[in-house]
Amino acid sequence: MEEIGSLIHGFAVALTPFNLMLMLVGVVLGVIIGVLPGLGGANGVAILLPLTFTMPPTSAIIMLSCIYWGALFGGAITSILFNIPGEPWSVATTFDGYPLGQKGRAGTALTAAFTSSFVGALIAVIVITFLSPIVANFALQFGPPEFFAVYLLTFCAFVGMSKGQALKTIASMMVGFALAAVGLDTVTGSLRLTFGFTELLQGFDFLIAVIGLFGIGEILLTLEEGLAFKGASAKINLAVVKQTWQELPRYWLTSLRSSAVGCFMGIVPGGATPASFMAYGVAKRFSPDGEKFGTGQVEGVVAPETAAHAAGTSALLPMLTLGVPGSPTAAVLLGGLLIWGLQPGPLLFQEQKEFVWGLIASMYLGNIAGLIVVLTCVPLFAAILRIPFSIIAPVIIVICAIGAYTVHNSMFDVYLMLVFGVAGYVLRKLDYPLAPLVLALVLGDRAESAFRQAMLISQGNVSIFFSKALVGGMTTLALVLLFWPLIQIGLRKVKGV
Amino acid sequence: MSDNNERPVATTRTLELVVAALLFLIGAVVIYDSVRLGARWGDDGPQAGYFPFYVGLLICAATAAVFFRALSDKMKAAKAFVTRAAFGQVLWMLVPSIVYVVLIKAIGIYVASTIFIAFFMRRLGRYPWASTVAVAVGVSVVFFLLFEVWFKVPLPKGPLESWLGLD
Repeated sequence: MEEIGSLIHGFAVALTPFNLMLMLVGVVLGVIIGVLPGLGGANGVAILLPLTFTMPPTSAIIMLSCIYWGALFGGAITSILFNIPGEPWSVATTFDGYPLGQKGRAGTALTAAFTSSFVGALIAVIVITFLSPIVANFALQFGPPEFFAVYLLTFCAFVGMSKGQALKTIASMMVGFALAAVGLDTVTGSLRLTFGFTELLQGFDFLIAVIGLFGIGEILLTLEEGLAFKGASAKINLAVVKQTWQELPRYWLTSLRSSAVGCFMGIVPGGATPASFMAYGVAKRFSPDGEKFGTGQVEGVVAPETAAHAAGTSALLPMLTLGVPGSPTAAVLLGGLLIWGLQPGPLLFQEQKEFVWGLIASMYLGNIAGLIVVLTCVPLFAAILRIPFSIIAPVIIVICAIGAYTVHNSMFDVYLMLVFGVAGYVLRKLDYPLAPLVLALVLGDRAESAFRQAMLISQGNVSIFFSKALVGGMTTLALVLLFWPLIQIGLRKVKGV
Repeated sequence: MSDNNERPVATTRTLELVVAALLFLIGAVVIYDSVRLGARWGDDGPQAGYFPFYVGLLICAATAAVFFRALSDKMKAAKAFVTRAAFGQVLWMLVPSIVYVVLIKAIGIYVASTIFIAFFMRRLGRYPWASTVAVAVGVSVVFFLLFEVWFKVPLPKGPLESWLGLD
């Protein structure tokens, strides 16, 4: 087993004192980010990314991915204690987590959430360890048409999975592509969509978009809803942990099912949020206590948390092997790779073995570190939430402004961040999904260049996307997903008649 | 009073229509610029506007559909996008944020942040001056140490820093 050897080598890379310290710092920062409103995995990583430019890439990605794990853990804390999902993927956790907390079983709910998060992540990392070399090897044979088909599949999957908002998904995605096209076109050398503004020559940086859309937009939304933190007190002691851990193996089937849902949704870019809802729904249907869901069932916490963490983790698989991120945070990490001069994609596994396996090894270690940190420090993190909003909100805006400024040391980016913030607030309220926009902004140039190269090969004939079995299969699947909302309506009509 | 506060500033449908129209406009601009650059097949392959042209086309098509759907949506016509009270809250955050960002350029990020945080603590939190000043100045000093000293990332500075000889 070649993977085991590589993995052991990866552990050697990851297990330096410096990297271990970064892991711990990353996880703690990540949990704080996950707990605070306005800061989440994607914009937290985006704000901290410029600070890592001077670090060695392996250490940098270890820290940033640990922030991501921490944020995944952190979302559960606010859901269970305060009934406020800190992250969108923890919404489903509130259904049973908050009632459990109200019954005085917050410790049990938190332990169950953290442990199932850990289990979900672990299964996803194992999948990454063994599946990604295979995918990367396979993808080595990809040419431009195949890569474009992968991009097409990614974006069509978004449309197919969007519930009833397919048009808005398309609109938001295409705005992302349009924003990505702004600036100097590297192939022809002409300026696109700049209209004489020199600031736009470099195009829109996705980091600014992420900080504005998710950071500022989120703060505005939170403010409008009016925040009152009245939460259950958080105490986890060893007895509660032990007792919960004895109870958890009972739900092994739910864990397994949720992990499968999560891994699938993470790799196909559905993301952690729909995965957590799906897993909750599946568990509710199959559990013998299904009708008691929503009143405070431990199983109802296990299912969404396992799936969310599995999805969040496995979203890195397509990011590393194909250069196609499965979630906004994975997209930000991908942007980081590009900035550090690493080209994500199948060649990464050949040319940057240290980096790839160091990162994969750090996923095992980071999640163990995360589990320990959250189990021991819950009261501390819950205390952060008790800081009044009138202090935390301006501080978060200051952090966002600093983050936006440090990307290019430019004030223009800070103004742009505010514009994206207002846009994010309005679009979110109107149910335009933001993840496709960010993904399109990150992948726009790469998707376009794959498309152009494919078109050059075929001299402008679109049939190249159906020329071989592989590329044809992917394109067909993409089209099926794209028209899935319409197909569903059709099927329903047929059945109805 | 409370009746007035619950009154919507705009209905969801109105905003839905406005946003769809704005996005449609963006799509039209993209199409326009792509055609200007050439959206066809040139001598040496696809021209610069080839790909964005279809992107713009899709934006226009999708938002036009959203627009006409929203027109006939009675539910959204009755639903408030944002109530007067909530809109006030949002403005109380947004306007100071705009002022803050403009101030950064004039007086540096540290002084601007101090004023910004202090403003919120006084206005939203109604804290006494002593704790307001302590927290606002404290946060800025911590950020200064973090970025300028520890990470060596220079942020915009103003007259105060140059007077103190810190830049």
